[in-house]
Amino acid sequence: MIWLTWRQFRTQAAVVFGALAVLALVLTVTGLHLRHLYDASGIATCTTRGDCDPVTSAFMSNYSLLRQLLGPTVLVLPAITGIFWGAPLVARELESGTYRLAWTQSVSRTRWLTGKLTVVGLASIAASGLLSLLVTWWSSPIDRVNAERFKADIFNERGITPIGYAAFAFALGLVAGLLIRRTLPAMATTLVGYIAAQVAVINWIRPNLRAPLHATGALQPLPGAGAFKPGAQLTKPGDWIISSHILDATGHATNTIRIGPDAGCVTTRTCLAGYREVLTYQPAGRYWPFQWYETSIYLSVALVLVGFTFWLIKR
Amino acid sequence: MTAVLQARGLGKRYRRRWALSECTLAIPAGRVVGLVGPNGAGKTTLLHLAVGLLSPSAGAIEVLGGQPDSDPRHLGRVGFVAQETPTYSALTVADHLRLGAHLNPGWDSQLAGSRIEQLGLDPAQRAGKLSGGQRAQLALTLAIAKRPELLLLDEPVASLDPLARREFLQGLMEVVAEHGVSVVLSSHLVADLERVCDHLVILVASRVRLAGDVDDLLASHHLLIGPRRDLATLPDNQQVISARHTDRQSTLFIRTDAPILDPSWTVEQVSLEDIVLAYMSQAAGTRPGRGPGLGVQR
Amino acid sequence: MVIEFHLNVRSGVSPYLQLVHQVRQAMRLGLVREGDQLPTVKDVVSRLAINPNTVLKAYRELEHAGLVAARPGVGTFVTTTLSDASLAAHGPLRRDLQRWIAKARQAGLDDESIEALFGDTFRSATEAGVA
Repeated sequence: MIWLTWRQFRTQAAVVFGALAVLALVLTVTGLHLRHLYDASGIATCTTRGDCDPVTSAFMSNYSLLRQLLGPTVLVLPAITGIFWGAPLVARELESGTYRLAWTQSVSRTRWLTGKLTVVGLASIAASGLLSLLVTWWSSPIDRVNAERFKADIFNERGITPIGYAAFAFALGLVAGLLIRRTLPAMATTLVGYIAAQVAVINWIRPNLRAPLHATGALQPLPGAGAFKPGAQLTKPGDWIISSHILDATGHATNTIRIGPDAGCVTTRTCLAGYREVLTYQPAGRYWPFQWYETSIYLSVALVLVGFTFWLIKR
Repeated sequence: MTAVLQARGLGKRYRRRWALSECTLAIPAGRVVGLVGPNGAGKTTLLHLAVGLLSPSAGAIEVLGGQPDSDPRHLGRVGFVAQETPTYSALTVADHLRLGAHLNPGWDSQLAGSRIEQLGLDPAQRAGKLSGGQRAQLALTLAIAKRPELLLLDEPVASLDPLARREFLQGLMEVVAEHGVSVVLSSHLVADLERVCDHLVILVASRVRLAGDVDDLLASHHLLIGPRRDLATLPDNQQVISARHTDRQSTLFIRTDAPILDPSWTVEQVSLEDIVLAYMSQAAGTRPGRGPGLGVQR
Repeated sequence: MVIEFHLNVRSGVSPYLQLVHQVRQAMRLGLVREGDQLPTVKDVVSRLAINPNTVLKAYRELEHAGLVAARPGVGTFVTTTLSDASLAAHGPLRRDLQRWIAKARQAGLDDESIEALFGDTFRSATEAGVA
């Protein structure tokens, strides 16, 4: 069974893993260079010298295009394997009628599905896992400087969560293919389902994996005319700020604070008195627990879906 | 007479529609059985139930004395060639043989190899590039090289041109001659099967209209042409399948095992196709007599 | 090969009987004699695309009638020669029939009428013989 699956799958596998190999080569070379730049930039010691801003922005200007392109690929690859490997896996057999050939050989349908799942499912997981490993390693100097890896749009582009995404997208494609029995609609369903799951997890599930912390503090006058950065005074670097509100003296939320140029408070520097900042956040220390939680959630859903396909295929 | 396939009150429902209902039949062993019926009679559903691609919604089916489910040992005893003979279009002929060898413990690679050679198929050719006839032959090779005791074929020649059809049936009959496998072939046209079947089952709207050995069926059905006659005056042993009358003449399609002694009848022999058409049109409730009248040629 | 079978599936005569008739016919016409081997089942099957059981049944029937004998592993062989006695009678009978046809034509019968008359007479004669 493994042989048949491999024979049908090897071209696609070669394309994806070939591309990964090329990418690995590029990332190893540029990643080593990036580390060299990091060591040479003096960021590690900038706080003692007090020139962090210019040093950081100089370092961050390196490979900025590659950096921006690289992150999303980690999010996209699980979708691609789910759509192009998971959805057609059974749907194409049902659509073209070849299931009538495959299921009437001397091999039970359960074993047939197990073979397919093992080869293609593990390949999907391996591809996303490898890519994430590469990208996480490559971006680690940048993430250290940025301290933003907990942020919603970076969290799912690093670490082990892409393994969960790949397993989930693959299983989703499998179930969609088996239920819809046609390849293209199953692929579309997989894409929609994957996006919906990501949106739901980011907005409603991940912020509440553990009860978020709250913090309240007075608004400090900013040195000079800089943009207001939420939580700058209340949180440590690497914390994930889920929401931030400004409350005025009466306790009402407000978006704007108007200070005229001739206001008396400017001279006394008391214009922000009475305003408070209220934060909801997850501390940086929860980064890895959250990676594990999210990965296990996706893996569990994938397992349930796979179990469902085994039940479906027996009928 | 042992049955290779036995169905009792068998039914299959898709949502609210019954594709097959209350089907009861027994197919004897060691025969080449033609399963004939109009499109939609439930032939494909019946065969899919027999190979375990579907499970029954009602009743029971037994194949080679066992339940056709996905038990691999049982699957190995039944060969199946599905309608339109599906193959993996991206895989080569040689890949298909390797597939068969990997998926079937009883695989006879010598038989498979020699058949492919005899057919003149290029092992490196992709199945998607084969002609309909070649693809059917490849599917047949896959089904017989697992050395089944029972071979089920669903409309195997329906989409083939006459030459490919003849070649396919020749190949099939050679297998029967050499390996003595029981065969069930379905078709909506009996003409496809006339040469090869020695047993016929006519299935109309899930029900078995007629079943029997071809020789017996041919010997017991006759077309009687003579002066107009009241059907009530016929001997008891003559069962009228269809009758057609003009003012002066009666044309009767009858079944009887006794000789026809009445000299007023001109007795015509009928072909298998005439018999099938007579039973099908009787079941369809069309004007009786149309079927047999068509096929009489002397 | 001494004989080649053919099959007419539209005739309404069951295939095995057609094979039996063809062997008998060939024996009667002296085409097949004692000691000749009939085609193997596989040969017939692959030539005609017919069911091997049909061929087997035909050969069994011939064997039963004492015309052929099966030698296991070798084939089926003709054991008698039918034609000797009756073949001699063919010539005169054929001439009689030719004369009769000529007479019928003279009487103004066309080919179809001649055939119908012959068939009808033949059948009633046979039925009379049966009854």
